[in-house]
Amino acid sequence: MTTFMSRNDLFLFLGFTVVVLAMPIWLAPFGAGYPDLLQRFMIFGIFAVGFNILFGLTGYLSFGHAAFFGVGSYAAVWSFKLLTLDAIPAMIFAVLISGLFALIIGFLCLRRSGIYFSILTLAFAQMSYNLAYSVLTPITNGETGLQLTLADPRFLDAAMGQTFSGQPVPTLLGQQLGGYAGFYFCAGFLILSFFIAQRIAGSPFGMMLKAIKSNQTRMQFTGFNTRPYALSAFVISGMYAGLAGALLAVTDPLAGAERMQWTASGEVVLMTILGGVGTLVGPVIGAWIIKYFENILSALNDNILARFWSFLPEGVADVVVKITSKFVGDGWHLTLGLAFVIVVIFLPGGIMEGVRRIAAAFRRSGSSSAKPSARTQPAE
Amino acid sequence: MFEIIFLQFLNGLDKGAAYALIALGLTLVFGTLGVVNFAHGALFMLGAFCAVTVRMFLTMETVTIDPEKLSPWGAPLEVREPLVQAWLGDFGAVLVNYSVPLSILITIPIMLLVGIGLERGIIKHFYKRTHAEQILVTFGLAIVAQEVIKSVFGPNPIPQPMPTDLRGAADIGAWLGMQANVITYPVWRLIYFVFAGVVIGGVFAFLQFTTFGMVVRAGMADRETVGLLGINIDRRFTIMFGLAAVVAGMAGVMYTPLLPPNYHLGMDFLVLSFVVVVVGGMGSLPGAVAAGFLLGILQSFASMNQVKAIFPGIDQIIIYLVAVIILLVRPRGLMGRRGVMEA
Repeated sequence: MTTFMSRNDLFLFLGFTVVVLAMPIWLAPFGAGYPDLLQRFMIFGIFAVGFNILFGLTGYLSFGHAAFFGVGSYAAVWSFKLLTLDAIPAMIFAVLISGLFALIIGFLCLRRSGIYFSILTLAFAQMSYNLAYSVLTPITNGETGLQLTLADPRFLDAAMGQTFSGQPVPTLLGQQLGGYAGFYFCAGFLILSFFIAQRIAGSPFGMMLKAIKSNQTRMQFTGFNTRPYALSAFVISGMYAGLAGALLAVTDPLAGAERMQWTASGEVVLMTILGGVGTLVGPVIGAWIIKYFENILSALNDNILARFWSFLPEGVADVVVKITSKFVGDGWHLTLGLAFVIVVIFLPGGIMEGVRRIAAAFRRSGSSSAKPSARTQPAE
Repeated sequence: MFEIIFLQFLNGLDKGAAYALIALGLTLVFGTLGVVNFAHGALFMLGAFCAVTVRMFLTMETVTIDPEKLSPWGAPLEVREPLVQAWLGDFGAVLVNYSVPLSILITIPIMLLVGIGLERGIIKHFYKRTHAEQILVTFGLAIVAQEVIKSVFGPNPIPQPMPTDLRGAADIGAWLGMQANVITYPVWRLIYFVFAGVVIGGVFAFLQFTTFGMVVRAGMADRETVGLLGINIDRRFTIMFGLAAVVAGMAGVMYTPLLPPNYHLGMDFLVLSFVVVVVGGMGSLPGAVAAGFLLGILQSFASMNQVKAIFPGIDQIIIYLVAVIILLVRPRGLMGRRGVMEA
C-alpha cells in the first residue's frame, strides 16, 4: 500500500465497509435490521452513488436516471429467463445493456446543458416508460411486469443439465440469494461501487469532471474537449443505475415499468440532495435515510400514534394525533417533500454540510468560521 | 378523409389549449423572474381542486332520517335536502349546475394569493441561486402541494359534472356547411378552447396595451435598467407570478369536467408543459402558446389508428420525440430569442 490511496481515503473506505457490513447489527435497535430493508438500503445506495458521479461531479442534473435503473432490471430478468438463474451473468449483462443505453441517450442529451439537459433526459426516460407500457410489451410484459416462470428456456442452465422444480429464484453458484445472503451480495456490490466512485473522484478523470462543473467554457478554451469526459461520467452513472436495477431484480425477480417513471428519477435526486451533492458518503446516507423513513413512517397508523402521544392530556392528544397522522402512513411523502424543501432552502449541501457545520462549530476557537460549502453549479 | 383529419385536429385543440395555458404561465414566470418553476403543474391542480371545493360547498345537504318510511333495503329512509336549493330555490339549482364556471370567480383571488405568497415566501430567495436549485425547491413544493391535496381529498379522482346545458356535442360540420353529423365535437371542449383563447388574448393584451404590461415587458428585456429608472420592478414581477398562478388555476378549473382531477394531475401535466415550453423556446410567450397547440394537435394525430398502424406506439411518445428532435436541432426552440438560455 504505497501511494495507492491516501490515508484519509483508506480510512473512509474501511470505515464505510465496516459500517455497511455491520448494518444488521447496528440497525437492529432501530427496527431496520431485517434483510429485505437492508437490501434496499444497499440497492438505492448504489443508485445514489452512481447518480452523484454525474450530478455531483459534473453538475449535469439528470431527471431520467430511472430509465437506466429499469433497463437494468429488465436486462437482469431476461438473463434469468434466457441464460441462467445465476446472478453474476445477470449483473454483467444488465450493466452492459444499461451502459449501452446510457451511451446512446447520453450522446444525444449531452449536446445540451443546464435545464435543456434535464428536460432531454426527462423526455427520454418518459419515452422509455411509455414504450415499456405499450409497444414493448413483448419485452417488458407491460403492466403485469416481467417475471420468472418455470417454462423459461434458460439455455445455459439447460446445457449444464440443471433442472428446477417450483418457483425459480435467482441463485449465486447454486446458493439461493434470499435473506442475509442477498443482503451481503448487495453489500459487496455497494462497497465495490463506493470504492470505484472514490477512485474516480480522486483520479485525474474526476478532476476533469469537477472542472466541467465549475467552468465548462474555460475548459473548452484551454483546449479540452469536455464532451467525452461528461459522456463517460454519464455512462458510468447509467451503469451504476443498471447495476442497482439488476440487484433489485435479483432480490425480487419482478421487473415493472413503474421503476422507470419520472417520479423514480425524482427520488434518486432527492436522495442525493438530501445526503449532500458532490460528497462520497452523502448520497448513500441520503438513500438510507429516505428508505428508512419510508419504511418506518409509512407503517405508522393512528393507533400507534395515539399510544405515542398518550402522555398528553386527552383533548390535546386527539388533536396532535389528527395532525401527525397526516404526515405518516400514506402521507409520508408529505414529510419527505417538506424535509426536502427545507434542506434545499437552508442546507443546500445536504446532511453532509450540516455535519460539517456542526463539526466546524465545535472546532471553532472564536475566529474561524465554517467554510462555505461546495455549492452545486449546473453546467452552463 | 378530410373529415377524419379535421376531427383529429379539433380533438387536439382542447388538450393543446390546456398545454398552452400552462406553458404560458410557466413562460411568464421564467421570462420575468428567471425562475424555472416545477411547481407550476401543482398550481394547475390547485385550481382544479378549487372547483372541487366550491362544488363540495354548493352540494352540502342536510340529512334527516324519516322514521315513518323505509328505503327499499329496509333501513330508515334518509331524506337529503340540498342546502343551497333550500335557501335559494331555483337559483340555487342553477348555481349547483354551473358550479364549474362559477368556481373561476373564487379561484382567481385564491390563486392570486397563493401565487404571491409562494413568490414572496420562498421563490424570492432563489433568484440568485442556480437553475438546478430552483428546479429542486419547486419540485419539493410540488410534492408538498400534491400530498396536501391527497391527504385532504383522498387519492381518487373526483369527477366534476359539466353544466347540463353544455353537455352533448356540437355539429361543427353542419356549421361549416358540410354534411351534418359527420364532424361533431363536445360542447365543453369547444368552450374550453374559446376560454383558452380569451385568457391567452387577455394576457397578451394586458402585456401589450397597458402601462403595467409595458413596464413588465421592459423588465423582461432588461431588468436592471428598468430598476435604475426608479421603477419597483420586483413588485410587478411578483404580481406577474400571481397572474401566472391565476392562469394555471383557471385552466385547471375549466379542465375538471374533461378529466376528473386527482392529486397527481399537476405532475402529469407539468412534465408535458415543460416539454411544451422548451419546444416553444424558453421565455417566448407566443412560442409557448404555439407549441402548446402544436403538440396537442400532433398528439391527437398520433393517436389515429392509421398512424398507429405505421408507427406502433407513436401516440405514447410523440411529444417527447418532437421535443428531443427540436432541442437537438434548434436548441432555442421554435420561437426562442437568440441568446436566451441557449446552450
